[in-house]
Amino acid sequence: MKRIVTMKTRDLKASAKNGGCGECQTSCQSACKTSCGVANQKCENKAK
Amino acid sequence: MIHSYKLGGYNIVLDTASASVHCVDDIAYDAINAYKTGPREKLVRDICEKYGIDKSEAEECLNDIAALESEGKLFSEDDYKPNLDFLEKRAPVIKALCLHVAHTCNLNCEYCFAAQGKYHGERALMSFEVGKRALDFLIESSGNRHNLEVDFFGGEPLMNFEVVKRLVAYAREREKECGKHFRFTLTTNGMLLDDEVTDFANREMDNVVLSLDGRKEVNDRFRKTVGGVGSYDTIVPKFQKFVKARGDKSYYMRGTFTHFNTDFTEDIRTMLELGFDQLSMEPVVCPPGDAYALTDEDLPILFEQYEKLANMMRKRRDEGKPFTFYHYMLDLEGGPCVYKRISGCGSGTEYVAVTPTGELYPCHQFVGNPKYLLGDIYDGIKRKDITDEFKKCNVYSRKECDSCWAKLYCSGGCAANAYNATGNISGVYKYGCELFKKRMECAIMLKVDEMMSSAENV
Repeated sequence: MKRIVTMKTRDLKASAKNGGCGECQTSCQSACKTSCGVANQKCENKAK
Repeated sequence: MIHSYKLGGYNIVLDTASASVHCVDDIAYDAINAYKTGPREKLVRDICEKYGIDKSEAEECLNDIAALESEGKLFSEDDYKPNLDFLEKRAPVIKALCLHVAHTCNLNCEYCFAAQGKYHGERALMSFEVGKRALDFLIESSGNRHNLEVDFFGGEPLMNFEVVKRLVAYAREREKECGKHFRFTLTTNGMLLDDEVTDFANREMDNVVLSLDGRKEVNDRFRKTVGGVGSYDTIVPKFQKFVKARGDKSYYMRGTFTHFNTDFTEDIRTMLELGFDQLSMEPVVCPPGDAYALTDEDLPILFEQYEKLANMMRKRRDEGKPFTFYHYMLDLEGGPCVYKRISGCGSGTEYVAVTPTGELYPCHQFVGNPKYLLGDIYDGIKRKDITDEFKKCNVYSRKECDSCWAKLYCSGGCAANAYNATGNISGVYKYGCELFKKRMECAIMLKVDEMMSSAENV
């Protein structure tokens, strides 16, 4: 596309089908301890 | 829902529900923002008039927008709410503990949310027996989860180092027989860091959080010994030695900023000059009336600082001296699934805090608040009503989040911050939201910049 560059991002709709394993880090544990951000968490789902 | 903004020389458009990120030129930026506001013919006419381009060019741009819409990358619908059923039906497990091995501290920081480590209670150290039972409780409660997290926290956990060492050894024994993997972390003020602690932490701790507020005068304003002496001169050489020995393993040099150092990028600069490159800097958590509490007037200053920080990161990256900042770390391709993004941080459900006597609380920030005492490590969680309340605390539980573009980046925000600000864990800590949104804008801009810079270099 000439005027739009789209970044590669995870397909969230698809993640609804095979996500939710719960293996990823609990959000603020071992980091800020004062706020909730989830977008920086690595997905650890081996089956994805 | 889309969110568009201009930052760092880029026009950025985010599609909330798909979490798609687009970098666009001025024409596409205007076209996307006007796309749903009127008939296509008018849109084409407006674009041609404003930018002096041919009709065919405007049409091409609109066709691209339409293509992205049909691919679900623009104007996509948030239809994840039914996925909450899956989360509600998922077997309850606890997979992370904040282990308060020491409710005491060798510093006396005025701003400490834990009231100088005592959490408004008595000074106490966790015994090995209590810690051992806590680890057993975690294993028993963790269902089929493989990765278990334990953060040694306080107060100052190194005031109980012998117990920390014994607990890690015990967990290493148990993880083999249970098919689990423990990830340990340590949060320390550095006063007791020595060679033995360094060797141990660098061998056993997946991450270490080191507390330093930045410039000497800023650090020593709050981070003092009980005798009133600033900690900077003691901790900085220890931290430098520790980080050097740590090699490639993760750590965070974590600072707190308050009303007194809203120019916190200067503190980041100090950390960099001291040789630290994995950084975190957090807004103070305290009642609004405190002298050091952040104010509404501070907000524009903080926004500017977050932008300045992003620019520092770009510059340092280009100079081959990159550093990381916790809140700007985003994994757009391999990041969390939608369940994680809608379910919140896990406090009170997957994550609990354990006091030195074995009491359970929804997270470290609720420790000492009798209203949120969940039970104990011996008899488990007795207050299902509280855990249910936390379970319901998700991205769809706050009406304010419905219209927020950042909701799938914060999943509704921190329950403790909400409670402290509104008296309700399902409330909204608006000040925190404003800071969070600014940080996300900067973090995404840095990702866009990374992509565009590498594209230029191909």
